Amino acid sequence: MLPTTRKALPLLAVALLITGLSACGDSGTDNTSSKSATGAATDTAAAGDTDTDTDTDTGTDNTDTDTQAATGDDACAAYAQYGDLSGTKVTVYATFIDQEGSEYEASWAQFANCTGAEIAYEGSREFEAQLPVRVEAGAAPDIAILPQPGLLRTMVATGQVKPAPAAVEANVDQYWSASWKDYGTVDGTFYAAPLGASAKSFVWYSPAMFADAGYSIPTTWDELVALTEQIAADGVAKPWCVGIESGTATGWPATDWVEDMVLRFAGGANYDKWVAHEIPFNDPSIVTSLEEMGALIHNEDYVNAGIGNVQSIAAEPWTDAGYPIVDGTCYLHRAASFYQTNWTTLDPELTVGEDGDVWAFPLPGLTADSKPTIGGGDFVAAFSDRPEVQAFQAFLASPEWANAKATATPQGWVTANSGLDASLLQSPMDQLAFSVLADPGVEFRFDGSDLMPSEVGAGSFWTEMTNYFAQDKSPQEVLDAIEASWPK
Amino acid sequence: MTSPTTAARPTSAAPAKAPKPTRLTRAERRAVTAKNRLTSRTASGLALVIALLWTVPTFGLAVTSFRGSRRQITTTGWWKALWPSNWGDFSLTNYQTALGSQNKLGTYFVNSFVVTLPSVLIPITLALLAAYAFAWIDFRGRNILFIAVFSLQVVPIQVTMIPLLTQYVNWGLNGTYWVLWLSHAMFGLPLAIFLLHNFMREIPRELVEAARVDGAGHVQVFLRVILPLMTPAIASFAIFQFLWVWNDLLVALAFAGNTPEVAPLTARLSDMVGSRGSAWHLLSAGAFISMVVPLAVFLALQRFFVRGLLAGSVKG
Repeated sequence: MLPTTRKALPLLAVALLITGLSACGDSGTDNTSSKSATGAATDTAAAGDTDTDTDTDTGTDNTDTDTQAATGDDACAAYAQYGDLSGTKVTVYATFIDQEGSEYEASWAQFANCTGAEIAYEGSREFEAQLPVRVEAGAAPDIAILPQPGLLRTMVATGQVKPAPAAVEANVDQYWSASWKDYGTVDGTFYAAPLGASAKSFVWYSPAMFADAGYSIPTTWDELVALTEQIAADGVAKPWCVGIESGTATGWPATDWVEDMVLRFAGGANYDKWVAHEIPFNDPSIVTSLEEMGALIHNEDYVNAGIGNVQSIAAEPWTDAGYPIVDGTCYLHRAASFYQTNWTTLDPELTVGEDGDVWAFPLPGLTADSKPTIGGGDFVAAFSDRPEVQAFQAFLASPEWANAKATATPQGWVTANSGLDASLLQSPMDQLAFSVLADPGVEFRFDGSDLMPSEVGAGSFWTEMTNYFAQDKSPQEVLDAIEASWPK
Repeated sequence: MTSPTTAARPTSAAPAKAPKPTRLTRAERRAVTAKNRLTSRTASGLALVIALLWTVPTFGLAVTSFRGSRRQITTTGWWKALWPSNWGDFSLTNYQTALGSQNKLGTYFVNSFVVTLPSVLIPITLALLAAYAFAWIDFRGRNILFIAVFSLQVVPIQVTMIPLLTQYVNWGLNGTYWVLWLSHAMFGLPLAIFLLHNFMREIPRELVEAARVDGAGHVQVFLRVILPLMTPAIASFAIFQFLWVWNDLLVALAFAGNTPEVAPLTARLSDMVGSRGSAWHLLSAGAFISMVVPLAVFLALQRFFVRGLLAGSVKG
């Protein structure tokens, strides 16, 4: 009896160890969410990939091309300008995976169908790490959809990015504002047309909870502060819920907060200087902005509903941080328009809308007329200048593509392409985000951390903001440390 | 503290007294003490406790994979699900979605096998031949060459990626299974040669010489004498390599890419969590699905594994 137990014990131990090891291996790379601009995290996963594999368990996907082929030549009239591209192939590499990836594939299915070009799409969560490796090794894709302008600059430095062809530039000049064209320009050469966009300055709330408590939507910063005080005084739940954990990118949601504050309290002109490092990162106006932010969310009285204290902000996954609103333990959560898909991930029954379960209002400016907002976007860079690649680039910069994408996307995508027919956007949140992006009265600024050198924008800015919450560093200390890390 | 003196006493006293029937050397006595200590009840108990602690995260993942309500998963810890009042929450939804037709796990499962089997067989075959040469064939510079091969183990995979990928692109292999087979074989070979060589050296010289005297050449010695004795070492290395390749994500993504034609199960799994990492309830189920195969391989080969774990590590 005993001897067999003794023999079995090490065996059991090793067996358990192996189980543990395989578990680690499998889940090792999750949660490295990249901070890209548009789109959705969805649980209902991929359908209709490039289905040339030996797939046996699905028979119903990838019907896009078949059904659209039936619509005949009329539907192809708009694509005649791209010519006959039969027998050619364009490889596209991007961050969009799963459901989101198949929405993109559906958006250009008609292009492929009418021109005869094959669009081979590949999406990966490891895009930002893998793209430089591929480019360096000579295996660059024809087209890469870059989630931020900083990466474009790095790629252009390799010398392999081709300048945008005239047709793309014409589309961008016609349908985008000059500042968007600037984001795709490096050292005076225009390389990358913008594709999707996102508006980030929104505050999510529950319309029902607001109605119950008799709160109204704040239109100025002072009203927002007053509302926060009111909610805290009423004591039903904490006003704010915040979470900035995001795997290796932990801290980025806090940088969006800071950028919003800088745009408001330091002003647009200072924001541009701050991003370009024409004023130091720890300029007094930035310190003031961070202190104003701290008054709201670095404040035990106002955070962190149902989750914990101020320190808990650093450890709470940003993907889940808004959920206390649904549970009624928090009133306000600042997050981008694309956060809408997280609600349906939580619970497919939830509705996003003005009279739904959750809805959002723009984070107010200092006055009711000022509408500052920050946002992000992704950009189409080409590593080849073959005619079919250029034709596809031009198509992606056209309103036709934007409309096709809107049609293919149930929720979580928007663009700054003014040629987009807004009525095609299917979710109210996307329409709201588009109305913000298209509003000339809005003071729009690109997400600053995406424009800063990556040592700061994807480095010290993240880590120091994490320290701000986790280690209770003062605003001055935080900004001094980031300033010290700025590459000379 | 006292053990050195007590251990030394019998040896120093030995010449004076008559030799005892069984005398142990110091090393043997230590081995006996160590064995007694390690097989005591407390040691077993401790081993069990450590094993259980190691298993807690995996167990948590298992519990999570069976939790049905996403809101519960994201807002409460997995241990809450164990309270009897919450048992109603357990369901197979995550597994159904993960295995569902949209995820096409079947394709990736097949890919993983196509990637893994040659990636295990190629290095074993090559390493057996190389180990035989290093162990039983005398040639100039043998030791230096062996040290060179052995020391290749310290080269991190990451630094080889760009040069290797450049070569693959030049050879036109990019995006095929070949890049994975070759890469895994390359990365696995140094350890394989080292392990198998050390095991092979332990085979008594007399055995090989006897075969020689009987007129066997190198090929016959290898096939008829060495190979049958190598089974435990081969099995243990096969398990190592199988687990490594099956769980690999980095090499697969860097060299083969993330297309359904070649990407293994791990690549699909890491994508299952969604672009923004919020669907990890699916990941937990997917992780267990992918774990089934290594577990089966381990259980099938474990009797070799326990024997072979120490293979080649100690030279007599």
